[in-house]
Amino acid sequence: MVYEIPMAEECLKFVPDPKKGKNMWVLGMLSYIYSRDLKTAEDQIASIFKKKSQAVIDSNLQLLNAGHEWAAENLDFQFEIPAMPTGKELVVMNGNEAFAFGTLAAGIEVCSMYPITPATSVSHMLAETFEKAGGLVHQAEDEIAAIGFAIGSSYSGKTALTVTSGPGLALKTEFIGLAIMAEVPLLIIDVQRGGPSTGMPTKIEQGDLLAVLYGAAGDAPKIVMAPSTIEECFQFVIVARQIAEAFRTPVFLLSDSNLATGVQPFERPKLKAEWMSAPIDQSPWNEDTKPYQWDEETGLSKRPIPGMKGGEYTLTGLTHTASGQVSYLPEVNQRSTAMRSRKIAAFSRTLKPPKVHGDEEGDLLLIGWGSTRGAIEEATDRARELGGKVSSVHLRFLSPLEPGLKDIFKRFKKVMTVEINYSDDVNAPLITEENRRYSQLAWILRARTLVDIDCFSNVHGQPLKPRNILERIKLELGN
Amino acid sequence: MFGLNNDSCAIDIPDTYHTQGEYTKGIARWCPGCGDHSVLHAVQRLCAEKQLAPEKTVFVSGIGCSSRFPHYMNTYGFHGLHGRAFPVAEGVKFRRPDLDVFVVTGDGDCCSIGAGHWLHAIRYNMNLTVLLFDNAIYGMTKKQTSPTSPMGTISNTHPEGSVLPPVNPIQTTLGVSNVSFVAQTVDWVPSHLYATIKAAYEHQGFSFVKISMRCPKFMAEFSKKKVSERDSVQLLMHENGIQPDDATERMFTHHQPHDPTDINAARALAEDVEKTYLGLFYQNKNALRYDLYGAHNLGYSTEQKMAAIEKKLEAFAV
Repeated sequence: MVYEIPMAEECLKFVPDPKKGKNMWVLGMLSYIYSRDLKTAEDQIASIFKKKSQAVIDSNLQLLNAGHEWAAENLDFQFEIPAMPTGKELVVMNGNEAFAFGTLAAGIEVCSMYPITPATSVSHMLAETFEKAGGLVHQAEDEIAAIGFAIGSSYSGKTALTVTSGPGLALKTEFIGLAIMAEVPLLIIDVQRGGPSTGMPTKIEQGDLLAVLYGAAGDAPKIVMAPSTIEECFQFVIVARQIAEAFRTPVFLLSDSNLATGVQPFERPKLKAEWMSAPIDQSPWNEDTKPYQWDEETGLSKRPIPGMKGGEYTLTGLTHTASGQVSYLPEVNQRSTAMRSRKIAAFSRTLKPPKVHGDEEGDLLLIGWGSTRGAIEEATDRARELGGKVSSVHLRFLSPLEPGLKDIFKRFKKVMTVEINYSDDVNAPLITEENRRYSQLAWILRARTLVDIDCFSNVHGQPLKPRNILERIKLELGN
Repeated sequence: MFGLNNDSCAIDIPDTYHTQGEYTKGIARWCPGCGDHSVLHAVQRLCAEKQLAPEKTVFVSGIGCSSRFPHYMNTYGFHGLHGRAFPVAEGVKFRRPDLDVFVVTGDGDCCSIGAGHWLHAIRYNMNLTVLLFDNAIYGMTKKQTSPTSPMGTISNTHPEGSVLPPVNPIQTTLGVSNVSFVAQTVDWVPSHLYATIKAAYEHQGFSFVKISMRCPKFMAEFSKKKVSERDSVQLLMHENGIQPDDATERMFTHHQPHDPTDINAARALAEDVEKTYLGLFYQNKNALRYDLYGAHNLGYSTEQKMAAIEKKLEAFAV
C-alpha cells in the first residue's frame, strides 16, 4: 500500500518555500499517525525559536497543525504505541553528552580542547556544568596546544581530558608520544569522522583505529577503549581515568559520529563518591623512591606531583633512567621501553574474554567494535531466526585486546569483522590475496591470532544497517 | 635555625632556609662561555633570595640548548616538546595557583616552531616568568639560521648569508593585546640580568624577558661584537623601571628616559633596531589574567560536585 502525500502543495499554503516548512508539517502528520499529543511539539517549537520572532513561532505552529489535520482527514490508519513499561528512572542523551557526564562523574576538572566536528559538543555540555561542579573548559589556540595544556594540567595534579577528531588527532601525535614516554596520565576522546584529511566531518567512520594504535614515532604502546552504547560512553570515562592513573599513561576512548549524535535512554546513573578523583596528593615524597621506579613485574611506578616535597624531578621526553636522568645508554633505552610495554601486558591481565552473542560455536562469527554493536547483534539474531549458525563478538578493548579471542575464533568455520572503514573488495581489479588491504580491526586480529579473518566494511559515511549485514551473512552461509 | 629559639626571637625565622646551592642539580653541559650559564646562576640566586620552595617551583621548557635548563634546577621541571613550552606551562599553572612557574625557551623554540603559542600566551597573561634565551642561531642542531638571526648571517642552511630580516621579539610581544610585561637584558651584565629577572618574577602576569645571549660556538664574531659595542646600548631609565646598579650605569653611558606605562613609546623604541635598549619596555599591572579565571572555582567538595551533576542530569531525565 502506497500513500501519496502532497507535502509540497500543502506547505505552499503557508510558506513560500516548502523546503523550509516540510519538517514541521511532517512532524504534525507523524504526531497524528502515532497518536502523539501536539502539546509537547508546540512547547518545543516555542522554546527552540524563542530567540527568533513571534512570526517564526506562529508559522511553525501553523505547519505542525496543518500536517496533523491533513493526516486526520486523509489517512485511514493510526497507531497507538504504548511506552515501554519501566520501573527504572531513565535519562536520555547522546554520546557526547554522556562523555561529558562521565567526565564530571569522574571528577575531572579540566577539558582542554580546540573546536572540531563532531567532538566539540562534549565541551559545550561541560562548559555549561563545570562552573558549579568545580572545573573549566580551556579552548586552546590549536589542537597541539589543547593536548599540551591538558598534559601540563595532568602533570601538576589532576588527570585532564582532551577531545578531538581525526585531523586533531594527527596534530596531537607528538604530544601523545610525550605523554607515553614521560608516563603522564591523560584522557583522549577521539570522536571519529570520515577521513583521511578533512574527509567527511559530519559522517560516521571507524577509520582512526590504526592511527591511534600506531600513529606515533618509536614504540608507544597505548590503552584504547571503544564504547558501544551511549551508556558506555558515560561509564568508560570513569573507568578510563582510573586506568590512566593506575597505569600512568594516556587512555584513548574511540567514539564516532553515530554515538556522538545518536540518542538512547539508559538507567539514570547513581553517582558514587569513589568515582571522583581524589584531591591532589601533596604529602612528602619518600626520597628513596625514584620518579620512575618501575616494578619489574608490572612496569608500574609512582608519580611525584609538584608540591610533593622531596619528589623534585625533571620530566623529559628524552630517554631516561628510573631516576629521570637523561641517558642514551643501550640498556637504559631497552629497559625503559620494555617497562612501558610491560604496563600494557600487566593491564591486559586484568581483562576478561569477551562474551559471545549467540552460540559459542558455529559457521560464522562476526566481530565488531564501537557504535555498530546494535546493528551487528540485530543482524545476528535475524540470521539465527532463519536457522543460520551465526554469532557475534563486540570488542570494548582494542589495545590491549581482550584475552581468549583465538580460542573463540577457533570454534567457528569463518570469522569476519564488520566495520565502517575501508577494505579492498576481493573482486576488485588488481586485488589478490597478497595485496588486499583489510579493514582496520581485521588487520590487528589477523596479526594477533594468525587466523584467516575476513572483513565486511565500507566507507559510505552511513551507519551500518542490520539488513545489509544480514545480506552479507546469507552470502557467507551460501544461501 | 642559627641556634636561635623561635619563641623568643623578635624577627620571623623561617622553618627552613634554602641556600643557593640547594637549587642546583648536576653539571650544566652547555659550551664554555655560553650565556646560558650566567642565566642559570641568576635564576638560582633569585630562587634563594625569594626562598622559593623547590617543591612548589616548576621550570617548563621546550627543546634546544636553553631548554636543557630544568635539568640543572633542583625543583620540579618539565622538558617537553620543541615549541610547546607555553601550552604545558599554562596547563601546569591553570589549576595550581600555588606553584611558581617559569618558562625557559629559545629563539627557535619561541619565535619559530612555537610562535603560535607565544602570541596566545601573551594574550592569556598567566602569571608565568618567561625567559627567552635569544642567541640568534640554532645551536643544538649545529648552526642553522634562526628567526632572530640578523640578515646575512652565514649558517649551514644559508651558506651565502640569511636572506630575510629577523623577527623582532620585543616588537612582536608589544603588538599583542593584553601584553603586560616586556623587558630586555643581556647575559653578560650579571647585575642587570639579575635585576631584570627579579622584576619579571615580581610582576603578576606574563613577564616576558628577552635575554640577548652569547653563542661562542656558532656566533663567535656576532657575540664579540654585541659585547664590545657598548655605544649602541641605551639603558632605559625610570623610577618604575628596572634600576641598573652604578657599575651598569658606568658601563653603558647612554641613558634613555622611558615611562614603562607608555605602550606607544615602548613600541617606538622596539622598532629602533639601530640601538639595543636594556630595561623595562612596558608594564601593565592591571592586564586581565587568565590564571585567575583558571583558579576561580577550585576546591569544590565531592558533595558540591555531585549536587551540580545531579542537577544537570535532571534536565535529561524522562
